[in-house]
Amino acid sequence: MALWARIRNVFRGDHLNREIDEELESHIQEAIEQGRDPVEVRRAFGSALRHREGSRDVKLVVWLESLRADAIFGWRQLGKTKVTSAAAILSLALAIGACMSAFRLIDALLLRPLPVANPERLYDLSRQGIGPDGKPHTFDEWAYPDFQLMRAAVKNHAELIAVSHAEPADLTYRSDQEIEKAYLQYVSGWMFSTLGVRPALGRLFSENDDLRPGGHPYAVISHNYWTHRFGQDRNVIGRTFHMGNELYEIAGVTQTPFTGTEPGTMVDIFVPTMMNPAVTRNDSTWHRTLAVMRPGAALEPIRHKLDATSRSFEEERAKGFLGISKEDLDHWLNQTVLLEPAANGVSDLQSETQRPLAILGVLVALVLLVACANVANLMTAQASARTREMAVRVSIGGGQGRLVQLVLVQSAWLALLAAAVGGLFAWWSGPFVVSMINPPDNPARLRLPADWRVLGFALALALGVTLLFGLVPALRASSVNPVSALKGGDHPHSKRRLMHMLVAVQVAFCFLVVFVAGLFVTTFKRLSYQPTGFSADQVLVLDTVARNPQPMEFWDQAAEHLRSLPGVDTAAMADAPLLGGSSWNNFVSVNGGISNGILSYMRGVSPGWLEAMKIELKDGRDFRPSDTDPGSALVNETFAKVYFEGVDPVGKAFDLATDEGARLRYQIVGLVRDVRYRNLREPILPQFYVPFHSIDASGALRKKARATLFVRTSVAPRSLASVLRQEVPRARPEFRVSRIRTQLEINRSHTVRERLLATLTLFFAIVALLLAGVGLYGVLHYSVLQRRREIGIRISVGAQAGGIARLVTADVFSMVLFGSAAGVGLGMMSVLLIASLFYQVKATDLQMLAIPALAILAGALLAALRPILHAVRIDPASMLRAE
Amino acid sequence: MSMSLTVAKRDSLQGSLDLLVLKVVSRRRRLHGYAIMSAIQEMSGDVLRVEEGSLYPALHRMEAAGWIRAEWIRKENGRRARVYELTPAGKKQLGLEESGWQTVTAAVNRVLREA
Repeated sequence: MALWARIRNVFRGDHLNREIDEELESHIQEAIEQGRDPVEVRRAFGSALRHREGSRDVKLVVWLESLRADAIFGWRQLGKTKVTSAAAILSLALAIGACMSAFRLIDALLLRPLPVANPERLYDLSRQGIGPDGKPHTFDEWAYPDFQLMRAAVKNHAELIAVSHAEPADLTYRSDQEIEKAYLQYVSGWMFSTLGVRPALGRLFSENDDLRPGGHPYAVISHNYWTHRFGQDRNVIGRTFHMGNELYEIAGVTQTPFTGTEPGTMVDIFVPTMMNPAVTRNDSTWHRTLAVMRPGAALEPIRHKLDATSRSFEEERAKGFLGISKEDLDHWLNQTVLLEPAANGVSDLQSETQRPLAILGVLVALVLLVACANVANLMTAQASARTREMAVRVSIGGGQGRLVQLVLVQSAWLALLAAAVGGLFAWWSGPFVVSMINPPDNPARLRLPADWRVLGFALALALGVTLLFGLVPALRASSVNPVSALKGGDHPHSKRRLMHMLVAVQVAFCFLVVFVAGLFVTTFKRLSYQPTGFSADQVLVLDTVARNPQPMEFWDQAAEHLRSLPGVDTAAMADAPLLGGSSWNNFVSVNGGISNGILSYMRGVSPGWLEAMKIELKDGRDFRPSDTDPGSALVNETFAKVYFEGVDPVGKAFDLATDEGARLRYQIVGLVRDVRYRNLREPILPQFYVPFHSIDASGALRKKARATLFVRTSVAPRSLASVLRQEVPRARPEFRVSRIRTQLEINRSHTVRERLLATLTLFFAIVALLLAGVGLYGVLHYSVLQRRREIGIRISVGAQAGGIARLVTADVFSMVLFGSAAGVGLGMMSVLLIASLFYQVKATDLQMLAIPALAILAGALLAALRPILHAVRIDPASMLRAE
Repeated sequence: MSMSLTVAKRDSLQGSLDLLVLKVVSRRRRLHGYAIMSAIQEMSGDVLRVEEGSLYPALHRMEAAGWIRAEWIRKENGRRARVYELTPAGKKQLGLEESGWQTVTAAVNRVLREA
């Protein structure tokens, strides 16, 4: 407490002065009451001010002086024990570094406010209700006409901004031969001025750039893109690029820190919302809606207005719905508009990684605690070697607080050095972890600035860590009894007890980390190896685009050409790949009745696609070139179960309702095996496939501007990628390949989170095991050193090696067992919070508990080996002579 | 430079003053500065006089070292006074200083007798 009082004094100078003055004044009054002459008393006292300074000196300057002396002494002390100090610093650095890089990541993605004016007034609009699957469901995408109504309704209290999801777009600057990808976002023209973003060059959009559908082919590029793509060329203003049918002109460049409103994605190019083809559609939800509150605006009335506006929009729209049950319609209409704070932006990456990052944060903190326990043990062992020095200090009048300070200052040295090394580690590992969040094909792009937030965190961490591992050894060291210490006898048992306790704590945390890592690694394995119903090996997926919609026979020619190439087994087409992220669904009605409210998921595929994907045909036939959409359909087993009570549906028919109110009839020509459509975790969805050849109302084949070509290769698929990229335009000069992936890469993108968790938790588990092992070794080594006299005597009277080994390790191993038991308890409690992230694995599986138990046992045995050998080899003769 | 001088000078006074203050505070609880000063004077038969100028810095230093504990109380006349009492650490310290003093004086006495 004395130390705390002094730290307080530094910050409470005035208050302190008043207290001292009051005390001196009370002394003078006392003296006068005792009958002394007032003038003489005051003279005897001298100037009150001088005393005050004198007393303050004692409290402040002496402390600072002593701090300086301790810092120098502590530094020299570190130098004296170089190996132990280096071990302590490195193990601590690893843990602090991991903590800092976790913090950088969590801060950049989840905590840091957007670099805009008044981020605290920014909100994200979403709708909450009962989803088509009957479960509660929140959705934050909007249709533009709805957005326009809502914007007008709350005009006086808030400004609404539409921002689409930033997605990679295909564009060309010079000729069509050079398609490149850039992250493109449709934004409201007034977004920049509302968010206070200013141009670095040229001009940004205004309200006037976002008035007529298709009427504003202008682009604003981000500072980052300007730097990387154009090398900050000032002539970039006025340059044009093609995207789709449109020619866009670059109007301006934004200022540095603004990279859009989606942490995890850096937008390259902003274009006005009016340029999005879906801008006039009531039935297409494609953008988020952000609200910037005007100063002093109350939230609830605005939310209420938005809710009413959106509801009347949907009621109007629902008049055109067909084949939807009353219940589903009620669910649809009874959605509530929510306004959620969005000061740090809104992105899918945020919502996907929030929990995994929180878990990693906790694990990292546990690793840090293990490292702290380690260093605390090291310091205790070191402090015991300094018992005599401490005793001398106590006997010559060093107060307890002073000794605590001495040891703490030395701990602070360790922590600061460790934080510096850890900072370097974090600087390197932060971007590395970010690169793991997404596959290389579609990397998460996150600003990871190292600024005062990160520095402040690092300093707070270093300080906290110092207190954590330094305080107990410091208090221990200072409570030394000088008389017995100087006589040569000390109390090794009490010190060992503390160290053993720390071993138990270490083992418990280590167990928890290894346990959780085991669960995540198993989840990752089970999810990756789970059957998808199709074969992803040897399949290349080519996203292919044309400037204008092209006739079907051109597309067929392209596929035909690819099929003829060497190394290609077969080729087919579809609107999109399985598990590729795009989903297309509708309600199905059988026998002309209304839908049963279960959504069915669709995919348009060409003949031969089933063969290319190796999807088993259970009954009926594949599509033929003459099949069209609408007309024929293939359905999966779940579809048959859901709509036909499991009866073979081949030969039967179903209807789809269009938004325009028409009914489209499909004849089921085949039954296929269930495959994974959207992701790997959800139950299999009812699915049906329609022919890639689609016809319009007049019966003519529709032209298409994009398709996905599937190529099954007989060689390693990646080796054909560049050849195929050239061969597609050779088959038909209208076509370009905008992106090539293997189906395997697409599948793997669904286990990114699991892979991240598995890899990082495994890494932390290894670090924790390593630290715990080192800690255990240190404690055993120390206890052997301490008891070498006793061991020597035992050996000399004939103790066996086994007995000595037992003697040395018994206490520590019982602590390991105790710690493991505590770890099991901790593990069982903590998995309750994270069970939803597991896949087909339970925390209570015996195997899951066996992994950490065995790992810790093996680590403990390994750590014990050397100290045991050392103990057994003690030569009693030389030992006793030395004493 | 002047700073370390003050510190050194005070340290040379420290031995006996600390011992005296600790002893007085251990005998009677909750004494304020003036009472400590008077007690030393009285108990030493007016031989030892502590100057105010050294007493208060010493009190504050010992408080900072955790040997004595201070507390504000309100007296009957309404004035606040700061009173001191011994802590367990101070008690230990008193024992050390006392035995130290005994050793030194015994040694000095031996020297005087031998000489």
